[in-house]
Amino acid sequence: MNSSTRPTRGRRAAARRLRGFMRKELLQIRRDPSSIALALVMPVVLILLFGYGVSLDAERIPVAVVLDHPGAAGADLLARLTGSRHFDASRATSLFEAETWMRDHSIEAIVHLGADFERQIAADEQAPVQLILRGIDSNRARLISGYFDAVVGTWSGARLARGERALLPPISISARTWFNPSLRSTDVLVPGLVALVMTLTGALLTALVVAREWERGTMEAILVTPLRATEFLVAKIVPYYILGMGGMVLSVGLGVLLFEVPLRGSFFALFLLSSLFLLASLGLGLAISSTVRVQFVAAQISIIAGFLPAFFLSGLLFDLGSTPVPIQVISHLVPARYFVSASHTLFLAGDLWSVLWPDALALFVMATFFIGIARRRTGTRLDS
Amino acid sequence: MSDGVVIDKLSLTFKGGSGRPALSAVSIEAPRGAVTGLVGPDGAGKTTLLRIAAGLLLPAAGRVRVLGLDPIVDRQELRERIGYMPQKFGLYEDLTVAENLDLYADLQGVVGAARVERLERLMRMTDLAPFLDRLAGRLSGGMKQKLGLACALVKSPDFLLLDEPTVGVDPVSRRELWRIVDELVVESGIGVLVSTAYLDEAERCTQVVVLDDGEVLEQGTPSDLAASVSGRVFLLTPKVGALPRQIQGSLSGRQGVLDVTIESGRVRVVVAHGEEDLAPCAGGEGIESRSSAHPRFEDAFMAHLSTRRARLEVGEKHATRTSTGDGVAVRVRGLVKRFGDFVAVRDVSFDVREGEIFGLLGPNGAGKSTTFRMLCGLSSITAGEATVAGRDLRRSGKRARARLGYMAQKFSLYGSLNVIENLRYFGTAYGLWGRRLKTRIAESLAEFDLGPRRKDPAAQLPGGYKQRLAMAAALLHEPEILFLDEPTSGVDPIARREFWRRINAVALSGTTVVVTTHFMEEAEYCDRMLIMSRGAELALGTPAEIRESVRTIDRPDPTIEDAFVVLAELRASQQP
Repeated sequence: MNSSTRPTRGRRAAARRLRGFMRKELLQIRRDPSSIALALVMPVVLILLFGYGVSLDAERIPVAVVLDHPGAAGADLLARLTGSRHFDASRATSLFEAETWMRDHSIEAIVHLGADFERQIAADEQAPVQLILRGIDSNRARLISGYFDAVVGTWSGARLARGERALLPPISISARTWFNPSLRSTDVLVPGLVALVMTLTGALLTALVVAREWERGTMEAILVTPLRATEFLVAKIVPYYILGMGGMVLSVGLGVLLFEVPLRGSFFALFLLSSLFLLASLGLGLAISSTVRVQFVAAQISIIAGFLPAFFLSGLLFDLGSTPVPIQVISHLVPARYFVSASHTLFLAGDLWSVLWPDALALFVMATFFIGIARRRTGTRLDS
Repeated sequence: MSDGVVIDKLSLTFKGGSGRPALSAVSIEAPRGAVTGLVGPDGAGKTTLLRIAAGLLLPAAGRVRVLGLDPIVDRQELRERIGYMPQKFGLYEDLTVAENLDLYADLQGVVGAARVERLERLMRMTDLAPFLDRLAGRLSGGMKQKLGLACALVKSPDFLLLDEPTVGVDPVSRRELWRIVDELVVESGIGVLVSTAYLDEAERCTQVVVLDDGEVLEQGTPSDLAASVSGRVFLLTPKVGALPRQIQGSLSGRQGVLDVTIESGRVRVVVAHGEEDLAPCAGGEGIESRSSAHPRFEDAFMAHLSTRRARLEVGEKHATRTSTGDGVAVRVRGLVKRFGDFVAVRDVSFDVREGEIFGLLGPNGAGKSTTFRMLCGLSSITAGEATVAGRDLRRSGKRARARLGYMAQKFSLYGSLNVIENLRYFGTAYGLWGRRLKTRIAESLAEFDLGPRRKDPAAQLPGGYKQRLAMAAALLHEPEILFLDEPTSGVDPIARREFWRRINAVALSGTTVVVTTHFMEEAEYCDRMLIMSRGAELALGTPAEIRESVRTIDRPDPTIEDAFVVLAELRASQQP
């Protein structure tokens, strides 16, 4: 037979099959409001939620100040507390009253200056200041304690500068925080969220797409057409890659414009690393989908294997350095970990290739691995 | 030139299954230029065979050649030359008709002028042109099936594999599909291998392969196979006033009687040896006359299979209930159901009399299931009146529900509970307890012959037993009316006949039966019926009345299916 009767051979035929199948995928995405919602509306919701609603900083913490013996030094410290953006101080007439407020949840800490405080300061003795914290949220209690130390420190410094007596020996720590000088948690959260957003499109949406073909019986018909397994997979990856990158651009854009998160790295580096991460996520989703072939189960597995680790084991919310060693080891299997690390570098530091290359390499290996599994699982028969 | 499908000693056993081979040493030949039908009960291996021919499953042993190619080794070349339509049609429901066709044309590499011409021809063949922009999911069953066929034909294949292409499709569409297939075979000389659950369709094939339990029982032309029972098929005409259903009931299960069906108001009997098998009932039992009938493929098929199956006795129960009300069990007036803009049921009215078997017939999507759900109180009524067992469904639906039994289309018992546990659960749910519950369970086990299986988990029961258990559960609280939703869908012809005998027995005991089905020939088992099409009434009456309404000189002996086709076409011409 000559080539004209075999229009399904060769590159042009393959390109046509690929285009046809990809167009079908795009049409299905367009007609399915839930995939658009997950890929493009969800990023906006997440960014707004985390940007406005979730903050790991503590500001205007309500505290009660109890002065057993009111005096100049006590009033000065109270003024310092009130002046700090971290505290919202109010005077309590007695420790008893302050404790009542604490039980009401109307304050989070009590600053107690004993009856001897003024005398001890004047006499240049040790002048203890009592800080009572609510330990229900231990992280927050630690944060408040730190803020309070800082306030007392600056207060002492100011007193010394004025030639007055101070609480502490005159050693001052001059701290400077690199990369995030204002210590805004938004600047750390938004870069991490980009990983979450891409995991949603990458792993969750694609976990459904192959399983859907199996469930609806279209897989059986497609298998008997000349479409090859590789073409099938490429046609499944490309549309979701575009969708995922759209979500990435959207969340980065919102972060930069709305929350003034700095983006110090280059677009090229961001594009490269997010592409690698997205491909790893897509690979994971497709591998799950083509293995279990049932949409419901695929979605469950994808949440457990893709979404939850991206949330908890990526360093997005918790510093991985302070987790137990086994967790740290496991976190190395989570693609999001490398991307969150790279994203933090890109946003807060810039194109530090010495840091980015290892992350890029790890993501590349994972993308290849997962897409490889998906390719193996996409057989040409029903029983393969 | 290469042949069609040649299969030699093909075997396959699925892993993790019962260990029983799906196919054992199957040898068949399906040449080009002919339609080969694969017929057999569910689980016979028809789908497996087609999938192996399409290269979708790896055979364990044997040789398979399609167009001279090995479906596994020469997969790519084969896939360019065959068309395959799976049972679910393989359509993307969220794509339009045109988009589905474009997709398959791209995949098959049909381009340019050839594509335009091919699609035009397919449109002419299937009459789908007006619906090009409609989503495939919104098409009727018949149109979906035609679109599925069009997608399989986009490339003008050399061989076509069709897996039960007409299940649940209305008779008009079924006939159209066969017309298209015949045309292809005659004009293009392609080969077709088609599996079907409809025995009348087998008659239209050039040759038929009868499969059962993974083995080939017979292979030959339908007329040759039918000839094997010639002289053993009789038509019995009932006396005036006698019901064919009763004659059928008394004949079935009798020694030497292989198959009994009702056909156009008469009883068709296939016997084991000859006229002498009918001797015991000569003259008696309401039979007016007896004549010899021309044997059909279906007769031969049933005769063959029934000898392979264990006989099952259906206990006859005697009337336990006497009429209490006005003799009307279900009264429906001007019933309407709307889903948004879509009118699923429009202005339907009918009565079901106490103790009768009332059929709701129609193809998938005709509105019969919606009507049925409203009557069972499972779906709200948009407009109109419905009274069941003397209770107005719109006002006291709950009380009406306590007096009816319902058997859902899907198996709705608990798979992990055994037979007894299921019955106990459903009995309690219907308010039975103590000694009465115990007695009823014991009676059910005996009546439905479930005793030997009473400790088996429901999920592991064979199909026929599942169905019986579901029916037993629905009848446990001795309802006045039994609703059966497509009880015979997906059930092979043998189990279907047995099931109808049970329904018959239930009706004879005084319980009113309302049953839906898309098998038109089953209409003959009903006392009266409503045929629905596109949400509206197409015909209402006894089988005889409905057949009579379409009798003409050209059509002296119409079947219910003929009646449906004639009435549906008439309706279509009235509503352009």
